Amino acid sequence: MSDHESTYVPKTGVEKWLDTRLPIIRFGADYMSLPTPRNLNYWWTFGGILALCLVIQIATGIVLAMHYVPNVDLAFASVERIMRDVNGGWLIRSVHANGASMFFIAVYLHMLRGLYYGSYKAPREMIWILGCVIFFLMIATAFLGYVLPWGQMSFWGAEVITNLIGAIPLIGEPVLIWLRGGPAIDNATLNRFFSLHYLLPFVIAGVVVLHLWALHVAGQNNPVGILIPKDRQAKDTLPFHPYFTVKDGFAIILFLMLFALFVFFMPNALGHADNYIPANALQTPSHIVPEWYMLPFYAILRAVPDKFGGVVAMFGAIGVLFVLPWLDTSRVRSMRYRPTMKVFFLIFLVVGVLLGWCGGKLPDAEVIPGMPSFTVGDGQLNSFLWLARLLTAYYFAFFLIIMPLVGLKETPLSIPLSISEPVLPPVSDAGQKG
Amino acid sequence: MTILKKNALTMRKTLVTLVAVLGLTAVAAPAMAAGGAHHPRSGGFSFEGPFGTFDQGQLQRGYKVYREVCSACHSMNLMHFRNLGEAGGPFYDPHAASPAENRYVKALAAQIQVPDIDTETGESIMRDATPADAFPAPYPNATAAAAGNGGAAPPDLSVMAKARHGGANYIYSLLSGYEEAPAGLQIRPGQNYNPYMAGDMTPFWNGEGHAPAGGFIAMPPPLSAGMVTYDDDAPETVDQYAKDVGAFIAWASDPRATERKQAGLGVMIFLFLFAGLTYASYRRIWKGVAH
Repeated sequence: MSDHESTYVPKTGVEKWLDTRLPIIRFGADYMSLPTPRNLNYWWTFGGILALCLVIQIATGIVLAMHYVPNVDLAFASVERIMRDVNGGWLIRSVHANGASMFFIAVYLHMLRGLYYGSYKAPREMIWILGCVIFFLMIATAFLGYVLPWGQMSFWGAEVITNLIGAIPLIGEPVLIWLRGGPAIDNATLNRFFSLHYLLPFVIAGVVVLHLWALHVAGQNNPVGILIPKDRQAKDTLPFHPYFTVKDGFAIILFLMLFALFVFFMPNALGHADNYIPANALQTPSHIVPEWYMLPFYAILRAVPDKFGGVVAMFGAIGVLFVLPWLDTSRVRSMRYRPTMKVFFLIFLVVGVLLGWCGGKLPDAEVIPGMPSFTVGDGQLNSFLWLARLLTAYYFAFFLIIMPLVGLKETPLSIPLSISEPVLPPVSDAGQKG
Repeated sequence: MTILKKNALTMRKTLVTLVAVLGLTAVAAPAMAAGGAHHPRSGGFSFEGPFGTFDQGQLQRGYKVYREVCSACHSMNLMHFRNLGEAGGPFYDPHAASPAENRYVKALAAQIQVPDIDTETGESIMRDATPADAFPAPYPNATAAAAGNGGAAPPDLSVMAKARHGGANYIYSLLSGYEEAPAGLQIRPGQNYNPYMAGDMTPFWNGEGHAPAGGFIAMPPPLSAGMVTYDDDAPETVDQYAKDVGAFIAWASDPRATERKQAGLGVMIFLFLFAGLTYASYRRIWKGVAH
């Protein structure tokens, strides 16, 4: 919490010397003793899980970079060589490739938790915005990394995504050539993508430090969503260590079990078979799709008939998250006490999953095969194109219309005055009921 | 209170709609798989599942089929002869000091000629392969491969089982699944019909009803009964050849699969115990702490 006083006392001479020069041990100790709301549930464990994901990706990535060759003629074979001839290479590469998916599973759950419990609302706007920056950097890093094995999906994914830049009026074309390092995707593109893929994770790590700093200042939100009154600090919080280190630790191990299931028993289940075909600029795959974690945004991109409009919608879908703290007009943070908003949130969840489904299908394919349909505008109503359009409309309406309006109209349920009230058995001094 | 009631009603309605939508999609999903190509048949492979391992005899037969049939047109550029003698490989010998010292591998390599440069004269020569050599490619370059095969180069088979949905089952089904083209299907010159090949037959179909599943493939049926002599008592049939070479390519695509699964089992047991221990610590630390 902001007024969390340091309880660290340097004991040895070295510690005292260091504490007056670079109080780095104090910094760590303060984090460990951070008063943490005692009612945090398992949805709050994804922060720790994500930190671990980042460390795993960087550690495995550094080793992979020692063996990977960023050259269009050698890249594909060098990745295979890692899995065949490098000691433990099959494990390192499998962890890195599946680690990206695990990272996104965790980040989506982390963001949905923030959305449900109103963790983006004052005084935590900066934590949320920095989180959005991290998410955006993650998408960029994952995209760049997916290009490196130089398979068919790598190449054609890069083709589709860089082409989007070309859709920007006036500056699009020169920026596109500048990004690709030439008129087409080739060795220059692969080299710079490799360079940037190595750079961005360290930028992410830097923003994570800011994210945690902002968290340390504003303090953690909690499932009840109330700010903890000063006089209830002692009752409502527990030191981060050991209470939440052990809880996070347990959640991390469960998460690692899921991780290991993919790494060891189905390492290619989350990828696309076409990416084991070496890149071929003369042969377009019948169906170009991104990795699963980008499918909802891909569906939004394709839902808009105009190319540049699609690009705006796709980036807008992420951009709208940045202004979320000011779109939500409700005084109440946690949706536990917002019965109407809770319903719209549940619909939002389903819409997100269905958008991902649309992103993986051909736009012209029938959603319900054989169902009679009729043409609406430029496509059949019974097509993934129109389903994606309806879902995209809800995605934006959720943030831009529903969130501001429901916040003003809705009557929230009564909110407890403190965390310990619903948690601790009623005692005389905690007897005020809301 | 009325607002609350209304909310509850809205929520119930939404849930009903949701269930309906999800139910529909569940019904729709299997139907989507129809059209395109036939779903691959199962080759009943021993290496499937979380504990499956390769059948060494099958891998040896599969290598023989590859060497005597497939390798005439298809390269396996990522494979080296030494790979054949690595743990889990077709000719692994626990008594050999290393794959390079493996006598079967040395003998198999020596049967193949590979291009090299004479270290004395600098001239191009052909010599017997050693375990360290890569499988030589049948064509000097991709252009030659395409020119010799009606314009489309035969794909490299090193990772073929990973590069196709269905993996070894797909390879088995494709190789043993050539059929007489149904009447009404116009076969393009130099092409063959195969129900397991991905494609869309609609433009070439003048028959009744829906166009048949499958696609055109430039490769004519490559296998025929008795063309490869097996040293064990496995049947010398197209079906068995296709299964064996499918298994060999599955191994070549992922030679660390067995090692990976075995490590995975240990990792899962460790994590399971670690989770139990951590949960016990969690219960103990939080004992008597309301939350």
